[in-house]
Parts: sequence; C-alpha cells; structure tokens
Amino acid sequence: MDMSKDLVAASATPLVLAILAEGDSYGYAIIKRVAELSGGHLQWTDGMLYPVLHRLERQGYVVAKWSASENGRRRKYYRITREGRAQLAAQREQWKAVDGTLRGIWMQACTV
Amino acid sequence: MHSMTTTFADQPLEEQIAQWRAYLRRRRAVHSPDVEELEGHLRDQLTALTASGLAADEAFLVAVKRMGNLDALSREFARAHSERLWKQLVVAPDVDAPASTSRTELLVVLSLAVAAGLAVKLPTLFGHHLNPDEDVNAFYIRNASLFAFPLLAIYFMWKRGLSAVSGLWLGLPFAAAAVFANVFPFHNRERLDNFPQGSDTQLLTVLHLPIALWLMAVGVAYVGGRWFASGRRMDFVRFSGELFIYYVLIALGGGVVTGFTVMLFSAIDTKAGWFIGGWLIPCGAAGAVIVGSWLVEAKQSVIENMAPVLTRLFTPLFTILLLGFLATMAWTGSPINVEREMLIGFDLLLAVVVGLVLYAASARDPQARPDFFDGLQLLLVVSALVVDVVALAAIAARISEFGFTPNRVAALGENLILLINLLWTAWLYASFLRRRGSFADLEKWQIGYLPVYAMWAALVVVVFPPLFGYR
Repeated sequence: MDMSKDLVAASATPLVLAILAEGDSYGYAIIKRVAELSGGHLQWTDGMLYPVLHRLERQGYVVAKWSASENGRRRKYYRITREGRAQLAAQREQWKAVDGTLRGIWMQACTV
Repeated sequence: MHSMTTTFADQPLEEQIAQWRAYLRRRRAVHSPDVEELEGHLRDQLTALTASGLAADEAFLVAVKRMGNLDALSREFARAHSERLWKQLVVAPDVDAPASTSRTELLVVLSLAVAAGLAVKLPTLFGHHLNPDEDVNAFYIRNASLFAFPLLAIYFMWKRGLSAVSGLWLGLPFAAAAVFANVFPFHNRERLDNFPQGSDTQLLTVLHLPIALWLMAVGVAYVGGRWFASGRRMDFVRFSGELFIYYVLIALGGGVVTGFTVMLFSAIDTKAGWFIGGWLIPCGAAGAVIVGSWLVEAKQSVIENMAPVLTRLFTPLFTILLLGFLATMAWTGSPINVEREMLIGFDLLLAVVVGLVLYAASARDPQARPDFFDGLQLLLVVSALVVDVVALAAIAARISEFGFTPNRVAALGENLILLINLLWTAWLYASFLRRRGSFADLEKWQIGYLPVYAMWAALVVVVFPPLFGYR
C-alpha cells in the first residue's frame, strides 16, 4: 500500500511522540519501531525523521541528550517533555475525531 | 545520488562512509552534530543489514538509499532550522572550511573595504580635493572605477588563490585604464559637460571605462583567471546582477545614515557637510563595492537569487512598454527625436533588454521544455529589435545630415552590437521554441558575446579621444 506523502507527514508528529511516550529512544530505534508498528505500511525515508525530531525539540515537545551507546559512538537520545505529552493527548483527540468520522461514513456505506 | 552509488562501489566501507559524510557536510543547512547523528543512524543500519547477511557494499547501498535524497533532506533541515540560512549570510562558516578561514575572510574584506575608502582620499595628497561646496571634480569621475575595482580584483585573487604572476597580469588593465583616463588632453578637462564647454570624448571615457574594466579585469579575477571556462562566465554574470541589487540596498541604508548624520549634527549647530560630502559618501560608495561583493559570495547558493526573480517580474513589463511605444509611434507617426540624451537612453533600453535575456538564461534550467515565459522573451526580443532598427535609422539620418560626432558614432556602434546580439538571440529563441534547437545554444551565444562589449568599451576609451581630437 502506497500512502500519500501528506498523510505520512501529518502522522509523523503523533507517531514519534507516542513512541517516545513509551520510553526514551534514538533515531534508528524510532524508525525500527515505526516499521514494526505499521507492519511495513508506513515507509519513511530514514533521514526525514531527523528534521521532524529537531522541529519537535525546538517546539519543546522533546529534549535531546548526547550519550554513549553500546558501540562506543555518541548517540543522541530523545525524551518526551510534559508539553510533549500534552501535545500528544491533543493530537490523539484530533486523530480520534478524524478516525471516528471516517469510520461512521464507511460503516454507513457498508450497511446501505 | 547516482554518481555516489557508482563511485562508491569498489571502495572499502569506511572510505565510502567518509565520502558520504563529506557529501552531507557540504549542505549548509546541515550542521556537524546533525551529520554525526545521521552517520550514527547509517552505521546502525549497516550493522543490522550486514547481520542479516548482506555484504558490506550491498549494505552500504541499501542504507544510503533508505537515508534518502540528500538534497531533499537538507531542504527539510533548512525548513526545520530556517534561522540557519540567515545566520549563514554573515557568520556561519563554509562547512568545508574551518571557522578560522571565514574569520580571516571577514578581516580581508574589511581591510580591503577600508583601503577602497582611503583610495578615494589618496588623490587629495596630490591636490585633487573633493570639496562638497564645489562642482564634482572631473578627475574623480574619470577615475571612479580605479578606486574600488582594483581592490575587488585583489579580493577575488585572494579568494580564488591566484598566483602573484597572474596578479601582475591583472594589474595591466588597471594601469592601462589609469593612463588612458588621465593622459589625454581632453578639451577643457576640468568640466564635465558636453562640447563645446566640456569634452564629449571625456564623457564617453567616463561611461565606458567602468564597463571595460569590469569585464576585462574584475571578471577575469572573478573567474580565477580562466576567462574561457564559460560556466564561470555565467557565474560572473549572476554575480554582477546580485552585486547590483546588494549595492542598491546598501546605498539605501547609506542614505538613511546620511540623513541622520545631517539631522543629529545640525541639532547641535555643527556643520557636517564637509564630512558627508568629502568622506562618508565617497568612501562609503567605494567600500560598499567590496562589502557587497563579499555578501554576494557568502550567500551564493543559499537562498533563491534575486536577479532572476526580478527578471521574471520585469520581462512582461518591458514587453508591454516596448509594444506600447511601437504602437503609439505607428499611430501618431511622430519620428524619434535624436537628442544626445535620447541616443544614450535607447542604448540603455536595449542593454536592459539584453540583460533581461541574459539573466533569464542564467536562471533557466537548460534541459527544461519551452514554456509561456520563453514565448514572452521572444516577443520582448523581437519588439526590442524593431525599436532598435527605428533608432538606428534615426541615428543614421542624423549622421548623414550633420556628420560624425563622438556621441553619434558611439551610439551607432553600440546599437549595431546590440542589434547583432538580439537578431541572433531571436533566431535561437525561435528555433528553441519550435524544438529545433536547445536552450544551451542561446546561453552559449550570450556568454560568448560578452567579450564584444568589453572590446567595444575599450575601443571607445582608447581610440575615440584621439580620433575626434579630444573635443
């Protein structure tokens, strides 16, 4: 299934925030988690995750910290902030509303 | 990306990663911590892929592919960090070069700008004063291009790493310019008006010397001495347009500073006129050439260039203007009035049209298919051709009636040069629109024609004064 670019872009923020809400993480692990969660339907170009993370950092929804990784190189870890959690909750409500609306009309289409 | 995947294929993994990192570092919107973060990602991906059984080089190809197109990526970085683009204008170092280089450059630029300002005051030591209470000194106007241009050439020599030997070669046109601007016994050379009060040929020198020096000396320094590499020549055309825009902006700011200087000092009853007319404006005008050039160099390729944008804006306007002019002339039947100012005005108009074509060409992707704008350009060129023929006829009539004067011959020569350019441009444009030729031919023609302007300008400076008896 090829998903439209706009939809991928719009879902990036809640998805990244939701994954970080599970626990601190770093870029590569986030990408892996997305692939796992979506069953391969959400195909991100790996590099594009980083501008998203940096934007979230600027907006104060996540904080970043460089620490050592198991392979000896520095790695940038991201943690969700309180504002980030509030934003996640807000986005969740919005997505729920969209999801509910679409579900409603598609159910009707099935029953007619 | 294609070149990457092919050239990287046979090298050991670490070298491939290093090369990829170098590619990424060249993007101005991607800073080095970002590069480190992305490289970490690439390495994690490589580890996972090789663990799943891929050979190192296969894994590298897959990992790079998944990372995505670097142009698109750096665009996203630029969008997420929009302030980076603006900071780069002045402070951010070139990613390839260490920070110290950009600080050195700032020092070099500032010293050259100060030197250009002082160069303006140098003739004062030899009795040529810039007195704001008197008329403009003809000496300064004749030599105007010799104050800032040599220092600008030095800046480019330094920037492009030219040797001292080529520096000496570059000194030649400046030395020649100094000689031709000053040794000729122009009729009444302290006056800047037309014959018989002043000298026509001196005015022509004033107008043509900067053009000749700009193309022959500054241009050569800009392209690093390789005047025949036509790609660099197009860069110089772009640079000239951008510098013009920057210079106008700096001049506007300078006007504000001047206004406040007058206001503040008159508030305490102190006359600042000698400072403004004798120092602030002339020295600032010279220094701004250097500073403006440096700004153009620094922001090159960072944001959309202005000159092509303005071209798009003004091409339709000039087309309407020329068509309206021709229609009115055909309607009223009134002939062109060949006054001196008119002659220069028509030459300037055609030069602007050629400039519009040139800048449109400089910004255009030569591979792109013809579109509406190309049709508009052709219309502009054709209407300019018609106007040029009308103007030429008027000048020729004037010459046959009243004989040759330096102004008429100069205007005639310039008209012919622009006419030939526009004729061939129209032909190339038409064949491009009919899909018979490529846009690259048109670009090549415009670029190849640049030396003609330089030669003509030099000819006017060197040959006209003695030819017309310095009158």
